[in-house]
Amino acid sequence: MLAYLLRRLVFGAAVLLGTSLITFTIAYVIPADPAVAMAGAKADPQTLATIRAQLGLDQPLYLQYARYLDRALHGDLGRSYIRRENVTRLILDRLPATAILAASAMALALLLGIPMGMLAAAYRDRTLDNTLLVLSLGLVSMPVFWLGTMLLVAAAVYLRSLPLGGFSGWKSLLLPSLTLALGLAGYYSRILHTNLVDAMDQEYVRTARGKGLSRARAMIKHAMANALLPLVTLAGLDLAGLLSGVVLTETVFNWPGIGRLAYEAVFNLDIPLIMGTELFAALLVVLANLAVDLLYVWIDPRIRLSDQA
Amino acid sequence: MKLGLNAMETTGAAMVLSLVLVAAFAPIIAPHDPTRAIAATFGDPGAPSRAFPLGTDELGRDVLSRIIYGARISLTVGVAAMVVTMTIGVAIGLLSGFFGGAVDFLLMRFTDVMLTLPALLLAMAFVAVLRPSLLSILLVIGLVSWTGVARVVRAETLTMTQRDFVLAARALGAPPSRLILRHVMPNVAPIIVVMAVLGTSGTLLLDAGLSFLGLGVPPPIPSWGRMIEEATMYFRTAPWLAAFPGLAILYAVLAFNLLGYGYLRRRSRRAVLTAP
Repeated sequence: MLAYLLRRLVFGAAVLLGTSLITFTIAYVIPADPAVAMAGAKADPQTLATIRAQLGLDQPLYLQYARYLDRALHGDLGRSYIRRENVTRLILDRLPATAILAASAMALALLLGIPMGMLAAAYRDRTLDNTLLVLSLGLVSMPVFWLGTMLLVAAAVYLRSLPLGGFSGWKSLLLPSLTLALGLAGYYSRILHTNLVDAMDQEYVRTARGKGLSRARAMIKHAMANALLPLVTLAGLDLAGLLSGVVLTETVFNWPGIGRLAYEAVFNLDIPLIMGTELFAALLVVLANLAVDLLYVWIDPRIRLSDQA
Repeated sequence: MKLGLNAMETTGAAMVLSLVLVAAFAPIIAPHDPTRAIAATFGDPGAPSRAFPLGTDELGRDVLSRIIYGARISLTVGVAAMVVTMTIGVAIGLLSGFFGGAVDFLLMRFTDVMLTLPALLLAMAFVAVLRPSLLSILLVIGLVSWTGVARVVRAETLTMTQRDFVLAARALGAPPSRLILRHVMPNVAPIIVVMAVLGTSGTLLLDAGLSFLGLGVPPPIPSWGRMIEEATMYFRTAPWLAAFPGLAILYAVLAFNLLGYGYLRRRSRRAVLTAP
């Protein structure tokens, strides 16, 4: 078990190292000259040279990367070109808003998606199953930013008490979470449906049914345990997808989170901030995957006991 | 009632076909020029009316015509980006699954790294440094969305490579290129087709998202995502401006999803039936 966890930890660190290489490549290798991006196209050569020297851009790339990595490992992601503030600070300031949004969206998605998937599986091949299938495909197919805008329109007309943007109490959380959650709910209901239908055909469920258990009880007590497990993995892995949705949702609702920060960074060509938000997003995804691995140790005895055997 | 295969697949196929036709015959179908101010609205969006069924935007342009022309750019980007996605994903998946060993290890670790980066966030960064153009957007969407394809193709290739007919061909001295192209590839092809269909809904959504953020194909080409972005300023006074292009995106994405999931559903049912 310890060996397993250690392996996962090393793997996570290695993946992050790769991520840092990619963000570094995007930021410093592809654009012609960060100094020009910073000082503007009309800057005189003297200024450009000074900026290059300040940023260490006159050094070989591998040295620049080593320096960048060294700083990142110490939690320093550089200074924003535009805001002139420490990137790590900027990101951490925005973290709570995004974390609250992502957590409530994920909870809402599971709350809606799990019953949808269970109902569809229980009424397999009947009208309700087909209706839920089309409904969930519709939810998955909706552009998140459009859904958000439409919810804003509806709220502006019908629910005047709801705030239409910004982060101010739980009421302001409702529309953005719903926006993010609906697509995910459709997706989870599909996955759970497939898993449940598979599980219901397994021997152990047939045995339970043979003992006289009703279909509903067999599904809830026996099939669900196995069908839910892959959903846990997905919910962890989906964080990357969720963060993409977060960028759009935060833009629609003017939510003061990391997604909005990343958007501003891209818009201003603020390279340290772009790299910082990318790397931080990757860190979150790696941590979520580690959490899922830990959860598996707890849920799945095959992993917990494998090294003792 | 059994809404099996075919209802989903036929509906999806019919929807895709309708989109292709609308895109192909846009100049004939569209009632107005999408880039010209037709209605004299003096800076205000016009509500849907008999003359303009979906209304006009703040510049007096006909929304219906813009949506019809938008099908061209959205479908082109969606399908072309899917081709880029599939090319990268299939190549990596085939090589990784067929050769195994160090090749597999390196390619899959690279895939793991790419998987940790949120697609839209990565695409935003790429577009920002490359500057938005039709070509750069196609490449960027392809570059950020191939990981899922690579994983599935690798898994399929892995099982195929160990099958007897491939071993037999290998024993007869067939070179790797022939083994991959003549023996493995045709057997992996069905899953590749499904992933291409489903992948198109993904690339359509990604393109719409980028356009909404102002990082899509530059104006004046009307793309659905950009129309919504321009409409957000008027969401209180003219909600139809954002509503209709969004419905167009929903329609297109749903079309490809119905087609893909319809096929998957039929296939898994058959698999269940043939199981011992």
